[in-house]
Parts: sequence; structure tokens; C-alpha cells
Amino acid sequence: MKNELLQKKGRIFDIQRYSIHDGPGIRTIVFLKGCYLRCQWCSNPESQEYEIQTMMVAGKTKIIGRDVTVEEVLDEVRKDMPYYRKSGGGMTLSGGESLYQADFAAALLCEAQEMGINTAIESTACTEFSQVEKILPYLDTFLLDIKHMDSEKHKKHTGVPNERILENAAKIARVHKNLIIRVPVIPGFNNTIPEIEQIAAFAASLPDVREIHLLPYHRLGQDKYTGLGRSYLLDGVEPMSLDEMEKLQVAASKSGLRCQIGG
Amino acid sequence: MSKYFDSEIKKSPRITQLVDDLYDHLPVIESDRARLLTESYQMTENEPIILRRAKAFLHICKHIPITIRRSELIVGSATKSARGCQVFPEFSFSWLEKEFDTVETRSADPFFIAEETKKELKEIYRYWEGKTTSELALSYMAPETITAMEHNIFTVGNYFYNGVGHVTVCYDKILESGFEGIRQEAQDALDDLRVSDGDYQTRSAFLQAVIISCEAAMYYAARYAQLALQEAQNCNDETRKKELLLIASNCSRVPANGAQSFHEACQSFWFVQMLLQVESSGHSISPGRFDQYMYPYYKKDLDTGLLTREFAQELIDCIWVKLNDLNKVRDAASAEGFAGYSLFQNLIVGGQDSQGRDVTNDLSFMSIEASMHVFLPQPSLSIRVWNGSPHELLMKAAVLTRTGIGLPAYYNDEVIIPSLISRGLTLEDARDYNIIGCVEPQKAGKTEGWHDAAFFNMCRPLEMVFSNGMENGVRVGPQTGRVEDMKSFEEFFDAYKKQMDYFIELLVNADNAIDVAHAVRCPLPFLSGMIDDCIRRGKSVQEGGAVYNFTGPQGFGIANMADSMIAIKRLVFEEKKITLEQLKQALKDNYGKGIDPAMAQQITTEVVKKLVEAGNQVGEAEITQIFKTALQGGVSEKQKAEYDRLLELIEEIPKFGNDIEEIDLFAREVAYTYSRPMEKYFNPRGGQFQAGLYPVSANVPLGAQTGATPDGRLAFTPVADGVSPSSGKDTHGPTAAANSVSKLDHYIASNGTLFNQKFHPTALSGQRGLENFVALIQAYFEQKGSHIQFNVVSRDVLLDAQKNPDQYKGLVVRVAGYSALFTTLSRSLQDDIIARTEQGL
Repeated sequence: MKNELLQKKGRIFDIQRYSIHDGPGIRTIVFLKGCYLRCQWCSNPESQEYEIQTMMVAGKTKIIGRDVTVEEVLDEVRKDMPYYRKSGGGMTLSGGESLYQADFAAALLCEAQEMGINTAIESTACTEFSQVEKILPYLDTFLLDIKHMDSEKHKKHTGVPNERILENAAKIARVHKNLIIRVPVIPGFNNTIPEIEQIAAFAASLPDVREIHLLPYHRLGQDKYTGLGRSYLLDGVEPMSLDEMEKLQVAASKSGLRCQIGG
Repeated sequence: MSKYFDSEIKKSPRITQLVDDLYDHLPVIESDRARLLTESYQMTENEPIILRRAKAFLHICKHIPITIRRSELIVGSATKSARGCQVFPEFSFSWLEKEFDTVETRSADPFFIAEETKKELKEIYRYWEGKTTSELALSYMAPETITAMEHNIFTVGNYFYNGVGHVTVCYDKILESGFEGIRQEAQDALDDLRVSDGDYQTRSAFLQAVIISCEAAMYYAARYAQLALQEAQNCNDETRKKELLLIASNCSRVPANGAQSFHEACQSFWFVQMLLQVESSGHSISPGRFDQYMYPYYKKDLDTGLLTREFAQELIDCIWVKLNDLNKVRDAASAEGFAGYSLFQNLIVGGQDSQGRDVTNDLSFMSIEASMHVFLPQPSLSIRVWNGSPHELLMKAAVLTRTGIGLPAYYNDEVIIPSLISRGLTLEDARDYNIIGCVEPQKAGKTEGWHDAAFFNMCRPLEMVFSNGMENGVRVGPQTGRVEDMKSFEEFFDAYKKQMDYFIELLVNADNAIDVAHAVRCPLPFLSGMIDDCIRRGKSVQEGGAVYNFTGPQGFGIANMADSMIAIKRLVFEEKKITLEQLKQALKDNYGKGIDPAMAQQITTEVVKKLVEAGNQVGEAEITQIFKTALQGGVSEKQKAEYDRLLELIEEIPKFGNDIEEIDLFAREVAYTYSRPMEKYFNPRGGQFQAGLYPVSANVPLGAQTGATPDGRLAFTPVADGVSPSSGKDTHGPTAAANSVSKLDHYIASNGTLFNQKFHPTALSGQRGLENFVALIQAYFEQKGSHIQFNVVSRDVLLDAQKNPDQYKGLVVRVAGYSALFTTLSRSLQDDIIARTEQGL
């Protein structure tokens, strides 16, 4: 059985070590390929398609996506064991949407925990709850993205409505004790005080949720759109100032949740 | 309740003023010491050298101009002008004479020198012709050693031109019983001698020299007591008057006697620290475990209410300023190697005592605070880290790191202690280690470690493999066979090891020649009185008086050699994509990348000179043609394209620094080609040679003397720094690089290893950033790395990375929770991040 899980295959496009903003401590992020959403601000546009793609990076063609086994991924992840132990860190699955490959994600998380590695996932949970359930037993921290409370607006900017996300959030909160809500704060989409307050109020209504993270919009993914031959819809949108972010932080904190800027 | 006093104490306005005064002018070269030294030498021609040295030191201490700078609380200055320097003609002088007219305008560490000083020094130098350590050392060297040095295989410039320094004396003993104590010890030993003893002559001369040196130091302090009293009498400001009277009282008691207060202890420490640098020109005179030997005086005064923490902090800050008041002029080439006027006075806090207990105390924290207050390069602040280090200390240190000052450096007790034991130190002494200069561990007050004995460029022996030991028609290295005939990688690597062995032997020859020259011409009685067992053995440290003796020369270029060997193994022998003959040509042609105009100009000049010497007529047109050819390296377009493909092939081969087991273990083997042969050799003081793996900043100027290497490094560019991966070749982040470096054998490189990491300040932002940073250090140390230091990148570095992206491929920036390789971002995004760097977002 164990051997079977280790040999399970999935599709990733990057592994990034020494990440300190996606879960506690020093972490390694495994980026899985494929996503249900098409957020306009996505900083990893190469993650969205499940298919293996090519992207121009610094004037060279780069192949995005490779099929790997759980064992291959964990061989890389466990190289930083001493850092996880000292910092309380571990592995975080990101994407794309990890639940797009729920069985692979579950296998990765299960085997990582077996090795004593702390596990986290960054997800929108925008899929059937039966898929979400697969990973919950092997997860120490769930970082759940909630982008907007207005389903119409959500659909307009991400390609999908938000009902399923909100439903799943409630279900996850009932069974998972370490759920953190994260909000990408995007100018022109959800960067007003009322919009952030609504999300915070929803998050506060979920049982055992104590933290909310506001992630300021950044343009670091912009070059990748060019590399993929796509246009960047948010061209010219300026990142928020620290001052504006702090105002939103104060607003979100009114919900009673602990609110921080950045992951 | 915190166990330690680690809350911030505000910086006093006095410190701001002292720092401003220090930097308001270009440092000045002064001639007083050289003049007094020469006067004394001329009066003592027929006496034993050790007595001549002591008498010269006494003469200097009696007559060198003294000054109390504005607002000082701790006094004693080696020069009239702040940050000035004295010169030391007994070690060498011709370089300075040659550079008299350029020293003020050179790019690295310029000094002002007045015309009358030049004139006086020229006069003084006439006496020293033929009498320096440098000249004697050269006469002791084997001809092949001199050839190897002329061809830049290694350099022993440091001790060849200067005093040795690189020592920590028993500050604790002086604080406790003063120079009266040392004098008495020497007197007792002298009284025990019988005039009929076989070694009476040398022993008695040495002991008398120690006594005279102690008296010199006491005399010097007494002059300060008098000066302070005079100034107090003339002072109208009541506050300052009181301070001056206190200074007078301190200087009348210490360092002659044991210190009775913390202020006296500070003053006593300072006289020792600066007078050591008046006796000899050696740098890296390291205060060592300041927080340990000062603590009893601090604690006593604090407990009795004589001292406030604020005043204690101010005194420590004053010492920090004084450490930057000392200076040293080096020859132009060395100045580049040690850029930044640095004296490497390493001061270390935290760690275990001789019984293995953690002895972090308030002063450990206040030392870190002092570095934040003065924000100057001296002292080279270090932190001892072990499994029992208090978390608060590491967090405080991390806050200092975050400022971007490049301090402190972190050292791992768990590697250094066993490593020192393996070199013969007792367990107690090993646990009580401190760091000398950059990264060199030793036991204070017992060691003559000769820690910075040479820089050995590990890339040059590889060039010798390709040239079969020849360079410009001269036999420099042994014949290891034509590379064209080599059939296996093992054969090639063997040839490299043979070249390494040969040059290491010559390096030993060079170092030992200098070692003997120092013993014969410049033994140091003042220093020797403060190092065990000189008094008991009746000889100076230069003659082997110390308990522990070592010679520690530095190798560098490990990453280049590891990457080069892997490239050769793969491309030549496994995949057979290129022959060694083709690679040899590619290196000669610098991969078709030509060379910079300055170098082309130099080559042109040499070629023209040779042509003229051979009796050829060389006109303007020929010179232009030669220059053009030199600039391009004489490579056709087609050839250039092939070289570009070769560089791509090399680029694709995994590199050291990315946590790839196979490559990292190979780097370990390459490091052994330097560290293992070194262990076989002994110095004239009876001590063992021990390798260090760190370059200070010599990797840049010495890289400029190194041709292209098979790792794709272009000619004359810097070689890798310390044990760090080649610049820009570590692309998997800080943990991967640290894992790679930890796979080297840090125990055998017992003279120290140096690992540099670059960080963007955001990686250390907030409490969590600091926590993760501390965890990174601890996890690297858990894997048995020995040393780590950090450059938190500034805006300037990022601007440089925009200009030279190849040098910064591994630079990760983290902005608002997102990481990216800086050089892969577009210009506008880079600008964005540069703007954010200033805000510290």
C-alpha cells in the first residue's frame, strides 16, 4: 500500500525551497499544475492549464510542467528537514489548485506526514467536497483563499461563482481545526473596506477560524503572461500602499480575527 | 522576566559626535613611530635583537605624540590624527616608498601623506635598507618558490610585508593584575636563572625585554594621566573637567595595576589593544571574548551601584569607536584584497566556558547593541552559537544582521570545538576558543596561529595541468603530462593533485622562510609577555614561545574547481562532447569572449616589448592590429559560435551549491586536495600547518590573475568566495546552498571556513522573519557548517544586479509574500522592487 502511494504520479511545474510566507516556518512549496479558476491577477498563469506548456523565460523556451512520482517530490522536499525541524516548517502544496489532482495531493500529504513533515495546502477548495475530504486527514494547516462574497463579481474576475467555495469553507471548518482564510487584495476587485469586512465577517463565522491574511496584489507574475503569449488584463494596476493595506487590516480585525498583511 | 538585560539603551550624543569626528577627513600617514624606532635602533646596534625591540618600544612609548580627542572617555591614540596610521619600516618599506605619490588617489583605502612626511620617511628608509624581515625572508626562500609566487599561484604578502598580528592576548590577566603582574612574573623567572645556565643568554635577554616592554606600557599610560590632568586644569566646562579628572585617575592606575572599576577595565583593555598595534604592524589583533573577561568588573560595579547600564553602554560604545580609530596602510594590491581599511579586530560574544556551560551575559547583548550604535565595521563582531545558546541572543544578533551592516558573523561551537581538539588543544582550551581576524578559531593567550599565512588560488594549479607546468616559457609547475594524452578522468584529477601537492610544498617553504625572518629580525617582547608560555620558556612567540603553534594558509576557488572537474568528467570523458585539447584551446581563447580593454592594452604592451626586444620594427598600424587581436582573443565568428555552444553545455551541468549529492561530495574531494596535504607540514615554531578555506576579499584581485576555467568562468573574473558556491550558480535558494556547503569537511579546515549568503531585507522582516532566519542558521550548523555570515542586500546591490545579472542569478527577492529570482524579472519590476527595498516592505 505504502509503496503504491509513493509511486503515484502527478503533474507539477515547480518546487520552491525556503519559502517563508505560506504556512509556518521555513517551507518547501510544491506547485501542482491545473486550476479551476482563471483569476485575472494570477501570479502563476503557467499553473492554470493542466496540459504541459511552453513559456518564454528570459529569451529561452522553457517547458512548464513535468510528471513526477510522490517519491521524487518528497526526495526533494525532505532535503530541508533540518530547517523544518528548527523552524516548525514543512511542505506546502500550491498551484494551480492542488485539488485539481486530489489523489496525487492526498498521496503527497500522507507520505510527507509519514516522514514527520508538517503539511499545508493553499487552495480555493473549488471542487466537490468528496475531493476535499481526501486530503483533510493528512493536513496540518489549510490556507483557504476567499476572494469575494459577491458571487457575480467573483465569477466576473475569476471565471467561477463562489457558492461552492463558501459551502466547502463551512464544511472544512467543521472538521479541520487549523483553517486560515487568505484574501488576495486586488485593486478594482475587492480592495474596499466593506468588501474586506464582509469576507472577514464570513471567516469569523466559521467555527475555530482565528486568522485571516490579507495578501497585497503584486505584479511579479506579469512577465509570465508575455512569456505565454497572453495579455495581462491588470496592466497599469498599481500595487496597494502599505498605508492602504493597514487600513484594510484594521477593518478586517474588527471581525475579531487576528489579521496579518502577507502570508 | 528576561534572564538577560537585552532592552535597548539609547545611543548617547557623545557617540554620534565621536563617530563624526572620526570620519571628517582622509586618514593620514604619520612618521613619528618610524622615526623613534630608527633612533632607538641606531643606539642599540650591538645588543640582542629582543632587547633592541623592547628598547625601541620603550623609546616610542616615551616620545610618540599623545592626544586626547574631543569628548573621549577612553583615551589612547596611536596617531595624532584620527584614523591615521603609523608605518613600520622594520618589516618592509620599499612598496610604500614606491606608492608615495599614488597612495592618496588609489581607489582602495586611500591615505593622505604630507610632503614633509614623505621626505622624513625617505630619510628613515635609508637606515632600513637590507635590514627588514621581508628582505631576510626572501633570502630564505627556494628559487622555485619565488617563481611560483611570481606566477601568482599563491601570495604570502600579508606577513611578507607586515607584522603577523592575528593573535588574542590574555586580556583577563592584565585586567586582573596589570603590567606590574607580568613584570613581576618575568622578574621571578629571571631571578630563577643561573648565569651558568646553557640558555641563560637568550632567556635573560628575553625576560629583560618583557620587563622593559611592561614598563613602556606603564610609562605611556602615565603620560596620558598627566595630559588629562593638564587638560582638566585648563578646562572651563565643569562636566568635561570631571571626565578628564576621571580619565587621569584611570590612567594613573591602569594598565599598571589591576582594574578596580568597569571604567578602569575598559581603559586598561584599550591600552593593551592599541599598544599591541604600536609594537607591530600585524592586523587581526582580536579582542576575543570581551563579554567574558569584562563581565566581573561590570557585574561588581552594577551590584554596588557604582555603574548604570546606560554608562556601561556608553563606555562600550566608546571602545567600539576607538577600534575604528586604529588604521593601517597596506600596499595597493593588498589594499584591494582587504578593502575597507579593515583591521579585523574580531570580538566574539556568547558560547560556552571551559566547562561547557553557556556563559552568555548582559555584555553579550550590549556588545551587539554597541555595533548598532556606532554602525562601523570595527570590531568584527562574532557570535558563538551552540545547541545551548539562548534564543534571545540569536534573535538580537539577527536584528543586527537585518541592518545590512554585514555583522555579526556566526560560528558553530559544535564544529569548532572538536576541530580544535583534533589539532591538539585540551578540551577546556577548545571550549574557550575565540575567533581571530575573519574566521580563524584559537585559544586566547596561548596561541601563535599565523592564521592568515597565505592565499592559495586553487584555480592556478589547474591551469598548470593544461600547460603541463609551463607558463610564458617558464617552468612553474611539475610535468604532469600533456592533457592531449590523458585517457581517463582519474588521470586528469591525479595530475591536478600532483600540481596541488607541489605548490603546497612551495607555499610551506615560503611561509617558513617568513616565519624564521620574523623570529630573527622582529621578535615581539610586549606581545610575548601576554602569551603563555613565553615567560616560562624564556622565548618570544616568534621563536615558538606559545603553547599552541600553527600556520594557517587559505585556499580558495573550491566551487570553481568542483564545477570544473565535473564539467571535464562529464563533457570530456563520459559524454565525449569535447576533447581536452579543444577545451585547452577554449580556455586559452577565453571561450571567444575576448578580454577587457585594459587587459588587451597590457598584452599589447608586452607583445610590442617582446617584438622590439627581438629586434622588430613596430609601427602605429601594427600596434593597433595587435590591440584589436588581443581584444577579440583572435577568434573567428564561427569559432565564437562553437564556444557559445560549449558554454551552454557547461551551463547545463549541475553546479555546486544546489544540494546535489554527487556534485557536493565531489566538492568535498576537491577541498581535500588542499586541506589534506597541508596537514603533513610543520613550521619552525614546531606547529602544524592547518588549512583554512576563505578568501577575505582576495578572490576578486587574485581572480584577475586567473585565466578562464572549465566551469565556464571567464578569464580575470572573480573566483568563488570562501566555501560559497560560485556567484550566481546557486539557484535553489539559501537552504540548498547551505546544504551543499555543509557537505564539505569543515573539521579538517580547522583554520576556518567562510560561507557568505545574500538576503533581501524582507526575508528578515518582522518577528517571524527573524525566527526563520535564526532557524536557518541553526539548521546549517546542525549539519556541521562552521561559519556563516550574511549580506542583507541594499538598494545599491540591486542596482548592481541590474547591471551585472550574471553575478546575481541566485538572488532571491521576496516582496509582499512572494519570492522571485531578481534577475529574471523585467526591468520595470526590478525597479519596483528596488523602490520597495528602501521601504523595507
